[in-house]
Amino acid sequence: MNLWLLLAVNSIAFGGLLFLLSAGFSLIFGLMRIPNLTHGSFFMLGAYLGVSFLAMGLNLWLAALASAAAMALIGGGIERLLLRRLGGQELAQVLVTLGLSFMIADLCLMQWGGDPIPIDTPPHLRGALPIFSIVFPTYRLVIVIIAVVIAAALWLMLERTRLGAMIRAGVDDAPMARVTGIRVSRLFTIVFCLGAALAGFAGVIGGPILSVYPGLDADMLPLALIVVILGGTGSLLGALLGSLIIGFLYNFGQALFPELAYIILFLPMLLILLVRPQGLFGRHAP
Amino acid sequence: MSRWIALALALVALATVPWWVVNGYYVNIVSQILIYAILALGLNVLVGYAGLVSLGHAGLFGVACYTVAWFVAAGWGQLAAALFALAMIIATSAVFAVLSLRATGIGFLMITLAIGQILWGLAYRWIGVTGGDNGINVPSRPAPFGLSLTFSRPFYFFVLVVFLVAVAAMAVLIRSPFGASLKGTRDQPRRMTALGYNVWLIRFVAFLFSGFWSGVAGVLFCYYNQFVSPNVLALSSSAEALLMVISGGTGTLLGPIAGAALVVVMKNVASAYIERWNLVLGAIFVAIVIFMPEGLVPGSVRLWRWAWSLRRGPRAAAALRTGGGSAG
Amino acid sequence: MSALELRNLVKSFGGLRVTADVNLDVAPGERRLIIGPNGAGKTTLFNLIAGELRPDGGSIRLFGEDITRLPCRSRPHRGLARTYQIITLFPRETLLRNVILSLLGLSPLRWNPVLLLRRQKALFAEARAALERVGLDRIAERPLAETSYGERRRVEIAMALAQQPRLLLLDEPFAGLSIDERKDVQRLLLAIPREVTVVMIEHDMDVALDLADRITLMHFGEIIIEGTRAEVVAHPRTREVYLGE
Repeated sequence: MNLWLLLAVNSIAFGGLLFLLSAGFSLIFGLMRIPNLTHGSFFMLGAYLGVSFLAMGLNLWLAALASAAAMALIGGGIERLLLRRLGGQELAQVLVTLGLSFMIADLCLMQWGGDPIPIDTPPHLRGALPIFSIVFPTYRLVIVIIAVVIAAALWLMLERTRLGAMIRAGVDDAPMARVTGIRVSRLFTIVFCLGAALAGFAGVIGGPILSVYPGLDADMLPLALIVVILGGTGSLLGALLGSLIIGFLYNFGQALFPELAYIILFLPMLLILLVRPQGLFGRHAP
Repeated sequence: MSRWIALALALVALATVPWWVVNGYYVNIVSQILIYAILALGLNVLVGYAGLVSLGHAGLFGVACYTVAWFVAAGWGQLAAALFALAMIIATSAVFAVLSLRATGIGFLMITLAIGQILWGLAYRWIGVTGGDNGINVPSRPAPFGLSLTFSRPFYFFVLVVFLVAVAAMAVLIRSPFGASLKGTRDQPRRMTALGYNVWLIRFVAFLFSGFWSGVAGVLFCYYNQFVSPNVLALSSSAEALLMVISGGTGTLLGPIAGAALVVVMKNVASAYIERWNLVLGAIFVAIVIFMPEGLVPGSVRLWRWAWSLRRGPRAAAALRTGGGSAG
Repeated sequence: MSALELRNLVKSFGGLRVTADVNLDVAPGERRLIIGPNGAGKTTLFNLIAGELRPDGGSIRLFGEDITRLPCRSRPHRGLARTYQIITLFPRETLLRNVILSLLGLSPLRWNPVLLLRRQKALFAEARAALERVGLDRIAERPLAETSYGERRRVEIAMALAQQPRLLLLDEPFAGLSIDERKDVQRLLLAIPREVTVVMIEHDMDVALDLADRITLMHFGEIIIEGTRAEVVAHPRTREVYLGE
């Protein structure tokens, strides 16, 4: 198969994974006004938990769901026990998430060791599918489909449910939302749990592509950061588009300019921060 | 008066370190503490006095370190390499400042984080210049005025002199009119503008000052380690620098120094006994942010005063507890 | 030449016109009072004059000089000083240090990184004199956080006057003060020399009227009436604007 086409497919699949990671990050940033520096750790911890669930005999999808549930619990615990004490002090909250990311990284190292752990692609999804005379790797297609489904579900939740309306109100203007009676603190917890769950889920289903290794958190967090800055905080559409753009930049950058790969990634983020701090679709500047 | 006595005692203690800290390994630890204290003091100019929290200062530290390393390894003279590194650091700080001062608060944090990551990525991937993961080996330490710095004792005195100059510079800055202007921009930037101050320019100059000293620390570290790798610029390094500042306390000169001592001692000495340094680092970070946000030095002073006042009776202690915080 | 001249000043936020074609002339030495119901655009007008907001159209002249494009930080250097509705000073510092910051704002000394601020005797003497003028020199060394709201308002006025402005903008100087505190501040304001032109926004008519030579009434971003104290007080539209159409 043509190298460029393969790169493109991988980019879209990677973009899908990034979307699952960044959607939560974007909502957390939009609502709580903090970049959650623990988000990469949630991805990695979810992936490691998935490894353990797989070892217990669960299949990949159940492991992913179990991880998501576990991460939701952990995320909720962090928000209620630690972040809530620092309500309103955004800088302090960011520093706490930074400290937590170090703790989680070491705990994972202690529990699962320093060697990269591969996750097997589910047996029926190995191989490739021919579509319009082009052969696509099946698993990557599946990831794209899952990402699209979850994106649609998130969109429905935000646009059509009461919870979603409250979240949108909070993203727009949290103090004002509070004044109108919306329990913003509860929203914080819900959104944080949701973000952690999505990140953990993504970590597991991304396993067959990325595998799980120490440092996965440090690899994924900057990408989520870039996606959300580019796409705008609190914007689902922004996260989707940003993920696609970064997915492409990442894969093509690595392939074409490995020495400058990092710059290719971070430069757009820097430019956006300087020129249009609220991102492509965001409401507020950070 | 007591302050001057304490200062004199501290100076004597520092000057005689190699004699009461007999083991060369531990003298090196103290050298490390002083080097990182300079970094922390530099960062504190922004965090404590300008009110701007940076997560990219390891980038400035690292640029200086790599510049010296590259030039010395390429055969240039030590003095030329050092001077070039300092020029590099001022230029980098200027660029850094112009970009990150587009925002304050979280925006500033994220821009400095992004730039720090770009610099790390450069160090990691630009293998032709930086050697990538293999780093750069620095064959020799400088020999100012012919004195060899190869051994721990003379190197320690070299670092001590630079450290004292740095502390003096900070002390002078903070007590100067410019220092007052800087603190004003931290507390009420809008009011300062209305009073006629150019807040952006004040912050810019402060950034240059901060970056310069962080760079000096980087140069010293290069001499100390005689090896530089991309790790020096990693996000964890910037986080450690920030931890030094906030753990010690941002409002004083002693704070960052105490914070540097804490982090370096924990990293070197404790890691012989505790395997998981990052876990401890993270836990201390979280604990300090939540429980002692003003830092260990002011927090300890507060606790000390409270414990002392217990001798005068519980009511005095209670009054101290409630009344002590309001004027802060 | 007017001390302050506004011509066709316009400012909109989104679709909302907060300053609608304002024309204003304040004579040197005059005491002008700007009144109007909440939301009339008075503070926005001050923010435009001080430079914190950029007008969408129109011009601002200070003693004949066009300052419309001048950045906010440069206007104090041209003789403009202002106080704020909500007092935002430096609570961690003493009263003396607060005034010193005000004096430094116009002094090239503010860039000096090597002198010891504590040793600048002349500066400290000037600051003390400024506090004396508002009757606060006894507590000059007290931290601002330990003073009353009325005392802080007086510090703010001392800081503004310390810069020896030609035009002083006072935004609701009596807000939040007790009756006694209001009398203190009123006495202070009456004592300001006529070298300083004063424009004041106020709601409390009792204290403000005594200070005003001329009054401007604003509503919905427009100037409705302007005239001497007697004229505006007696005007039927004044009652309309305040009590509703």
